Amino acid sequence: MIQSNNIIKTIGEKMILRGMNLEIASGETVAIIGPNGAGKSTWLKITAGLLKPTEGSLLIDEEPLKKDKYELQQIIGYLGHQSFLYEHFSPVENLRFFAKLYHVKKPDKRIDDLIEEVGLTFFKYEPVRSFSRGMIQRLAIARAILHDPKILLLDEPHTGLDQQAVDILNKVILRLKKKGVTVVLVTHDFPQVIKTCDRVIILKNGRVKDDIPLEGQDVNWLYTHYERQAIHS
Amino acid sequence: MQQDKGLTNLPEPSLLHRVMVMITIPAVVVALYLVFIWSPVERQMGVVQKIFYFHVGSAWNAFLAFGVVAVFSILFLITRKRIYDMIAGVSAEIGVVFTAIVLTTGPIWGRSAWNVWWNWEPRLTTTVILFFIYIAYITVRSLDMEWQKKGRLSAVLGVIGAINVPIVYMSVRWWESTLHPVVMGEGVEESGGGMEPSMLFTFIFTVLTMTLVYTVLMQKGIYIEKLRIHVAKLKAKQQEKMIS
Amino acid sequence: MKNLLLPALVIAGKDLYSEWKTRQIVTTMLIFSSLIIVTFSFAFDPSNQSVRVLIPGMIWIITIFAAILGLNRSFTTEQSNDHIHAFVVAPIDASSVFLGKFIANFIFVLIVQIIAIPLLFLLFDFRVLTIESIFYLVGIIFLGTFGFVSVGTFLAALSSNSKSSEMLLPILLLPLATPVVIAAVQATRIVLIDLEKLSSAMSWMQLMIAYDLIFFVAGLLLFEYVLEV
Ligand SMILES: Nc1ncnc2c1ncn2[C@@H]1O[C@H](COP(=O)(O)OP(=O)(O)O)[C@@H](O)[C@H]1O
Ligand SMILES: [Mg+2]
Repeated sequence: MIQSNNIIKTIGEKMILRGMNLEIASGETVAIIGPNGAGKSTWLKITAGLLKPTEGSLLIDEEPLKKDKYELQQIIGYLGHQSFLYEHFSPVENLRFFAKLYHVKKPDKRIDDLIEEVGLTFFKYEPVRSFSRGMIQRLAIARAILHDPKILLLDEPHTGLDQQAVDILNKVILRLKKKGVTVVLVTHDFPQVIKTCDRVIILKNGRVKDDIPLEGQDVNWLYTHYERQAIHS
Repeated sequence: MQQDKGLTNLPEPSLLHRVMVMITIPAVVVALYLVFIWSPVERQMGVVQKIFYFHVGSAWNAFLAFGVVAVFSILFLITRKRIYDMIAGVSAEIGVVFTAIVLTTGPIWGRSAWNVWWNWEPRLTTTVILFFIYIAYITVRSLDMEWQKKGRLSAVLGVIGAINVPIVYMSVRWWESTLHPVVMGEGVEESGGGMEPSMLFTFIFTVLTMTLVYTVLMQKGIYIEKLRIHVAKLKAKQQEKMIS
Repeated sequence: MKNLLLPALVIAGKDLYSEWKTRQIVTTMLIFSSLIIVTFSFAFDPSNQSVRVLIPGMIWIITIFAAILGLNRSFTTEQSNDHIHAFVVAPIDASSVFLGKFIANFIFVLIVQIIAIPLLFLLFDFRVLTIESIFYLVGIIFLGTFGFVSVGTFLAALSSNSKSSEMLLPILLLPLATPVVIAAVQATRIVLIDLEKLSSAMSWMQLMIAYDLIFFVAGLLLFEYVLEV
């Protein structure tokens, strides 16, 4: 589904990605972890089509992701560090706008369902300006999955959320996983990795340091393994 | 590691550059001799006419430099090679100097020829606008961003600016003709029409020499840019070492 | 079409709706242009009939400065939550963002002109308007504003990459808008003050049409380079 061939990304004089090789199959739920500045967000942006790789190529469904690849852009849902939401619009207005950009059919029903799923029904018509960080993040998730993407790219979605919001988010991820959506999750939150993902990739200095299945492992194992891989070495 | 070696070796000025410098220095001296001593003093305007040689030479180079900016901006947008961005940037910096020369010598000429410091003659007015476009372009280049983005944005501006220059010229000429229905004597450039052969020779020689100066400055500027990048790379490398 | 015109209308609709809710941009532009008019009346005695020849210039000074005010907001509002990035990843053509923003800005400036220009005529007691000259005036204002806002929208997007974009925009925009400003002022002067020279105004209008086309198309084509992250 996602194929990253030896991607190098240089911004200014700095080489951020130094040959990212990674293949993610359809339907997988993959966590990408690594120290700050490892290049996780940068790789995710390239995968979302926001940045161009300096060298190497990124294939989605065997096709290079270039501009005007509308069919590819249509199947990707991306949530970066910013919510992309308009502060003075209500959740409904925000989602309606994005529904139109993504040509969503029967938007009103879909928007109602999503707002309910992320637990914001009560705030449907309030401007986003008045929302807490957790509420904004929940709405941002709804925005990212609005157009039924086949690939969902999430950049640290758990950061700054309370327990209830984390549960809602995990539920959404697990539901999509069951539907066969490919999910890539950049995070520092190891318990959520164990709860949701099948596979974990450790990134360091712009390269894949380790790539392991998570079948039957627990959080403590992940902590020790991460420490060994990313910190000592 | 090969990359490491590339970083410790400073970029060298090319042989071509050295040769060009060798040619340019005597050419400038000869040009000065031709302008101030060899060529005759013009009858009507006197010595002030000599400014004409520099004025036209600078104007030619100012527009040439902007043409270079436009061409290399397009090349940069297509290929994203850093060298094209550097050429465009350096050319703009040199171009703005030549434009400033045009804009100072123009009024001096105008004062003697038409007894006004400034008239809105189309070529001069277009040069003013060109000057401001250059300033806009250099302002964008001085923004604090990574070079890839800066190169892209300034290249776009370079292209738009180049499209604009001929339209400005046309509209100013039209506008000027409504201002002064009777043409008040042609601009500086065309008064060279009935020049004596010795003046014509001096004129051509000066323009060529100034183009040489432009080329040498271009080479120098690109060399300095290369050194600057070299320093930035060394710095980035060092910082990386300190972090890890 | 699906990826150019439709998203453009969606983006323009979003801006217009947002403006309808907050009424921030147009209100500010209107207050600002009224203040310019008031300042003009202090600077140039409105009761003096010879001041009439300055009216065409005033119309375009108001347009330029009010438009710059609005254009500045056009893309900085998309900066706060990286909405521009949302446009890049969405299945839409980069040009549609330009088109959408252009439509919204054009409408904002037209609204301001519809109110400010009659106000200017009123305060300067300018009433030698015939139906014919009003007809031409509307055409000229349409063409001139079209060109100015095309270049302006493009450069507003470009300068929004800078932290001090509101200072950068006028520096980029005014030299590039010179031809359309000259043409618009000259044509306006002819239709307001000596209508006999109409053929000359027609040539100015042709120049504006050429300028509008060139820069509108250049904006559409080059916008993807501005939008890239
Ligand atoms: N636009 C940029 N300009 C300069 N450096 C950048 C830019 N974006 C990211 N970086 C640098 O690239 C490195 C990797 O960034 P990022 O991908 O955000 O890391 P992560 O998400 O893994 O923490 C960081 O050191 C960051 O400073
Ligand atoms: Mg990050």
